[in-house]
Amino acid sequence: MSYIRGAWPLLGGRSGVCRCLHRNQLSSSSSSVVLQSRCTDVFQNLALEDWIDANVDLQQRSVLLLWRNHPAVVIGRHQNPWTECDLTAVRRMGIPLARRRSGGGTVFHDLGNLNLTFFTSKKAYDRKRNLKVITDALRSTAPGLDVHATDRLDILLNGRYKISGTASRLSRKSSYHHCTLLHSADRSALSTVLRPSCPGIVSNATPSVPSPVANLLDHAPMLQWEELVDVLVRQYNTEFGFSAVSAFVDPADESAFPGISRAAAELRSWDWTFGKTPKFSVQTVLDLTDKESAVRSSAHLNMEVKHGFVNSCKLFVPDDWLPPHLSAALANALVGERFCRRRASVCVAAVVCDSGDLRGRLRRLSDAVLSVMS
Amino acid sequence: MAAVTRGSFTALRRLLTQQYRRRCFRPHGFRSERPLLLLSNNRCLQTLQCRTLHTTMVSRGPVVQFKLSDIGEGIMEVTVKEWYVKEGDRVSQFDSICEVQSDKASVTITSRYDGVIKKLYYDVDATALVGKPLVDIETESNSEVIQEEDVVETPAMAREEHTHQEIKGHKTQATPAVRRLAMENNIKLSEVVGTGKDGRILKEDILNFLAKQTGAILPPTPVHEIHTPGPAQVSAAARLASTSVAIKAPPTTTARAIFTGKDITEPLTGFHKAMVKTMTAALKIPHFGYCDEVDLSRLVTLREELKPAAGHRGVKLSYMPFFIKAVSLGLLHYPILNASMDEGCQNITYKASHNIGVAMDTSQGLLVPNLKNVQLLSVFDIALELNRLQVLGSKGQLGTSDLTGGTFTLSNIGSIGGTYAKPVILPPEVAIGALGKIQVLPRFGSNGQVVPAHIMKVSWSADHRIIDGATMCRFSNLWSEYLQNPARMVLDLK
Repeated sequence: MSYIRGAWPLLGGRSGVCRCLHRNQLSSSSSSVVLQSRCTDVFQNLALEDWIDANVDLQQRSVLLLWRNHPAVVIGRHQNPWTECDLTAVRRMGIPLARRRSGGGTVFHDLGNLNLTFFTSKKAYDRKRNLKVITDALRSTAPGLDVHATDRLDILLNGRYKISGTASRLSRKSSYHHCTLLHSADRSALSTVLRPSCPGIVSNATPSVPSPVANLLDHAPMLQWEELVDVLVRQYNTEFGFSAVSAFVDPADESAFPGISRAAAELRSWDWTFGKTPKFSVQTVLDLTDKESAVRSSAHLNMEVKHGFVNSCKLFVPDDWLPPHLSAALANALVGERFCRRRASVCVAAVVCDSGDLRGRLRRLSDAVLSVMS
Repeated sequence: MAAVTRGSFTALRRLLTQQYRRRCFRPHGFRSERPLLLLSNNRCLQTLQCRTLHTTMVSRGPVVQFKLSDIGEGIMEVTVKEWYVKEGDRVSQFDSICEVQSDKASVTITSRYDGVIKKLYYDVDATALVGKPLVDIETESNSEVIQEEDVVETPAMAREEHTHQEIKGHKTQATPAVRRLAMENNIKLSEVVGTGKDGRILKEDILNFLAKQTGAILPPTPVHEIHTPGPAQVSAAARLASTSVAIKAPPTTTARAIFTGKDITEPLTGFHKAMVKTMTAALKIPHFGYCDEVDLSRLVTLREELKPAAGHRGVKLSYMPFFIKAVSLGLLHYPILNASMDEGCQNITYKASHNIGVAMDTSQGLLVPNLKNVQLLSVFDIALELNRLQVLGSKGQLGTSDLTGGTFTLSNIGSIGGTYAKPVILPPEVAIGALGKIQVLPRFGSNGQVVPAHIMKVSWSADHRIIDGATMCRFSNLWSEYLQNPARMVLDLK
């Protein structure tokens, strides 16, 4: 992230407001700013979070950011995208996949889901208090609503439906805590998308804990989006004693947020989304049954994937079905390539072309291996 | 963020010595173990690419255990998720060391010291305990060994975050490294304009200030090295040296910029490995080449006529569909060019389908998808299929079935440039053609006049074990004939 010198009006620059505050109120951050993002692109909004975390002096003031995205799947920092979502379905539906920088589990964002990010200094990091803002706000506007925060920092409605999940990130001096709030999300897409891409993955990545969810709008039909946002901002001010004004921001504006497009590009990159996957292995059985002759046959696949690349690949195929040197050539062709079906197709094609009579069987084996990758 | 930079202030910057600290400041109530200025934006230091001013040898200092500090909320253990350093790496203060996770919070742990990582206490996915050592860092000998502060702190304890240097009652903020740099160069901080947050003085500001002075301040550096950004090194200044050279005349001692860019070696993987394999096999085939030129003037006219009609049907019509169809028509007369030999060169298989491969330059590299059964396709069908493959190729989505099963290949290198080429046959095929670019050249017309003609050069290669020169020549003539007189294609339409 580039070093920020430009003055951003709301936060004050090096002169004026900021300096005054610094001289008079050294240790407490007694002011805040509430921002609402105009953009619904998940990468721009995540980049905005990073920008605020890196560039705003959170010792002086806290920030509350409200944002929402077009449908997107967001996985946690240390999660495995192949286990968390069905990548083929996600690609087919044109839904972007993003990896955020905070920990926690996978969420499905859409325009009916409100995201809140509480930026504070590390000293003022208090997630329970932030969730209290939300529960108090909801109760104040819909008095009968049974919402409360659990020890796992979820917010449950009626004691069983999850309407909010939490994740956070701590840096050297600053912190942010963000959470979702299901207002009117499309729950049908969720189940199609949030399931593993392929069988047989063995990994130590952070797993997601599935829970039944509900939309606030179903239980409090009078609570419209704008009202929800207003009541949250008011409760935020009440709880922390701020008198923050709410302002709209456009994360795509490079002049207001220098360096943000580079941050968004990094978040979009394959190296971040897939390359940051903790190492995992795939161990599965491939069905090589010949459809015409109905001769049953199977092979074992054992693949190690590190940083999204195939680190090692072993195929155990019956010798009488395919000579070992061919299955070894196929396995060897995959090593060093991304764990991605399209990329692997190219490498595999070269081996298949070369194989003479046994091409049919090698094709079947390679198709089976490729179907495991996605 | 997870970015790791190893800004190197190591050689020059030493943590404050006793003497310097006594001279400089002693704000009341300030605890001695944290004399360093804590910037709200730790990127400030990391993004400054400047290296140190002059080389100094760093002698070894004590090994300090860097304990995992409290991350709040009473959390006592975390899982180590990713290491950004390994044993033997040099780190600077504020560099990221590792990423830990606890209870949905992802935390970046940054180094408190400059030095060399001596030991990592945990593996990835291990549980690390708050208050226990995380890494051992061997600090530099002149550095102030920062005594371990209270590791478990309650948030309510207010710590003085900034240090101030009182010079003539004017508060100036700067990190110890910057103060040292100023001191060593006899610069008064009050004279330097700070461009950092809140008027903080940065290293850049000192260096700019120095650059404005006339030569005397800088120590003479006989060799100015320009380093590409890389791991932290104890080395001469990069940017400063080149800036100062630009501003004043270089010292009289030999001052030549030496480029010390690094070679990068990486293993061949995936796609490149596949290409190595294919091409090694290909060159086992004894190739012979045959080249010719084709007058495409009539084809150019025909294509201009047909382009709108194809456009209405949603297809971009180029010359390739005509070339491909002409190949297929030619192969009907010379089926040996659509054949394949087995491994031991014992049998030859005459392939029934004309699966014409088209070489494509995609983002992944050279890929050769093929159009299946061209003998059954019209020129329009070929154009449609070619478009489909081109779209898939540009998106990197070509599948195995598209990439295997070819029997003959055409490479339209002319679309990028060139005239004659020496294409390499893709096994198990036996022939390949490379098409140069279409140029308008003067040729003699039928009445002896010089006319402009659209000329394209074609270069064929074939497997001399089963194809002879005469066969290739006749095939090429037939192919050229179809293209020079497209009306002839109509005669042989199936």
